[in-house]
Amino acid sequence: MDFKTILFYMLSAVMIFAAFRVITARNPVHAALFLVLAFFQASGLWLLLQAEFLAVALIVVYVGAVMVLFLFVVMMLDINIESVRRGFWNHLPLGATIGGLMVFEMFAVLSGRYFGLDAMPQQTNPVGYSNTKELGRLLFTDFAYPFELASVILLVAIIAAVVLTHRKRKDSKVMRVVDQLAVRREDRIRMVNMPSEKETAE
Amino acid sequence: MLNNFVMPDLIPALPEIFLLAMTCVILLADLLVGKTHRSVVPLLSVSTLLFCGAITFFTADGHSVLTFSNMFVDDLLSDFLKLLTYGAVIVMLVYSRSYLKARNLDKSEFYLLVLFATLGMMVMISANHLLTIYLGVELLSLSLYALVAIDRDSARATEAAMKYFVLGALASGLLLYGMSMLYGASGTLQIDVIAREIYEGDYNHTVMLLGLVFIVAGLAFKLGVVPFHMWIPDVYEGAPTAVTLFIASAPKLAGFAIVMRLLVSGMFELAPQWQTMLLLLAVLSIGLGNLAAIAQSNIKRMLAYSAISHMGFMVLALTAGVVAGDRAYALSAYTSAMYYTIAYVLMSLASFGMILLLSRAGHEAENLDDFKGLNKRSPWFAAIMLVLMFSMAGIPFFIGFFAKFSVLTVIVAARHVGVAVFAVLFSLIGAFYYLRVVKLMYFDAPLDHAPIEATLPFRVLLSANGIAIALLGLFPQFVIVPCLVALRLSLGA
Repeated sequence: MDFKTILFYMLSAVMIFAAFRVITARNPVHAALFLVLAFFQASGLWLLLQAEFLAVALIVVYVGAVMVLFLFVVMMLDINIESVRRGFWNHLPLGATIGGLMVFEMFAVLSGRYFGLDAMPQQTNPVGYSNTKELGRLLFTDFAYPFELASVILLVAIIAAVVLTHRKRKDSKVMRVVDQLAVRREDRIRMVNMPSEKETAE
Repeated sequence: MLNNFVMPDLIPALPEIFLLAMTCVILLADLLVGKTHRSVVPLLSVSTLLFCGAITFFTADGHSVLTFSNMFVDDLLSDFLKLLTYGAVIVMLVYSRSYLKARNLDKSEFYLLVLFATLGMMVMISANHLLTIYLGVELLSLSLYALVAIDRDSARATEAAMKYFVLGALASGLLLYGMSMLYGASGTLQIDVIAREIYEGDYNHTVMLLGLVFIVAGLAFKLGVVPFHMWIPDVYEGAPTAVTLFIASAPKLAGFAIVMRLLVSGMFELAPQWQTMLLLLAVLSIGLGNLAAIAQSNIKRMLAYSAISHMGFMVLALTAGVVAGDRAYALSAYTSAMYYTIAYVLMSLASFGMILLLSRAGHEAENLDDFKGLNKRSPWFAAIMLVLMFSMAGIPFFIGFFAKFSVLTVIVAARHVGVAVFAVLFSLIGAFYYLRVVKLMYFDAPLDHAPIEATLPFRVLLSANGIAIALLGLFPQFVIVPCLVALRLSLGA
């Protein structure tokens, strides 16, 4: 067993442990931190596969941005852990079945004829090869068009988020003449049909 | 390292570049003019689209030009479809102006999202690479999800947007999964190279067919044919009518374009396989669309089911391209599919335009009863609605009749006589709900006596739209011949 294999098993073991703790930890903050740990292990695995750009991107994007935001949300919201955990044992059979199915599917794909390990031999990169450089070159030359399109999609996402969520402050006292002129009677007065009071005999 | 890189030729993509640049300019201009000059943004949007049209028109020639590392194709088909797309978007912007104003929805973001969606459609129309098809679809869909939800205080619109978003994401997933299979089987993402690999037989057959199934399913979702139609009625009904008008018009052209690029340009050798799948989808759509439309009392929902059956007809034409290995019919089949799409877009624009015309502040003319006695309120617009309904039902001599007729001709030529009879029968059933609208307009007393108020451009354009539907039915060659020429020069059949 060479050093790389030992490293692989070590990273995998810690990753599986961390993933288990994500769903079993009682404190949601701990669960989020275990997820960070799992991400770190995964990026280590990617480094072993010589995919250094993906490894760095995983840490920068997921750990640095997504998980930090997630932690903020978890800390700000007052989550009732008891109600979240109540269904744990009820949902376990279903979750375990789906999980087992996914493991089986991965196994089927990897041992299969079309996308198996034999069909996709491992490539060895020459010394001094940098896939970060290579990705950067492709993004700015051959793939410049889809790269630009992806950035336009992000711009649309920003505009859409602003359009759907940005609201006027509720306590704002600004008067808008247009709104005041556009007011209709139905906005101000509600006609209620009340039964007239009957005179009762004294 | 960069020695072998050639700067891409930007001229073929000039309309896209111009549209993107102008959209960003409008985004900033909106900040500068603020809320005092509200008509600046719509005006700028329409003139941008007109200018794009001019660029596309004057740079169009019969040659296919590839650029951006062969990811972008500029041919006559794309030029023609883009011109139609600009037209449909401009018409939609004019129709919806007063509707949006009355509901306080005429925010500049509406126009920006429409322009971005238009850009997405143009990318789809000009795609020659699986990646650009996917990005175009996403750009279009993302803008549409936000547009459906733009009326934030309406629970119905929010629900529709949510459904659209979830099902749309599922459809994108299916499409993407199919594309990854295609990549696995052929080792390339470029559509013309995929076609060459299939032609040379140098691919993995099982994986390719599995990918094809997912691609057809994803495309069916985007076109909205049975059994992938669930989102159509809810989204059409829930979205603000102006947005429904948008969803029901120009994106169908882009959908047709990606079907052409993926199935016809990319996988023509596999036509016997995908024709069988499409035949099933088409038969189910024509059947279910026409039957379900009868039960609707909401006209937006009724038109949604009618859209399903119309798309079924369009897909039906695509199944007649290759008959028992003979490709002689391919060009006429795809021409009739394209003609049907254009005819449907014209009719769809006008019919949702009519709903917008009858709606006013605080009143949504979305029920069939709102059309009661329209003849007494406005004989001219009742006549246009009559033309529309006759055309959708396929009564001669309107554009819808010739569209159906050309589809049936190619289907009979492909010796699917049974399917042709089925389609005619269900069109007859469908005629019931179209003619019911005519009956309501001419023989019932109006429930609503409010005068019809509309701006002059709206009236003129809607009238022109109705007249076009009538006239293009008398002279169908004005649409069919450009379709034929564009397809022949672009697909190289």
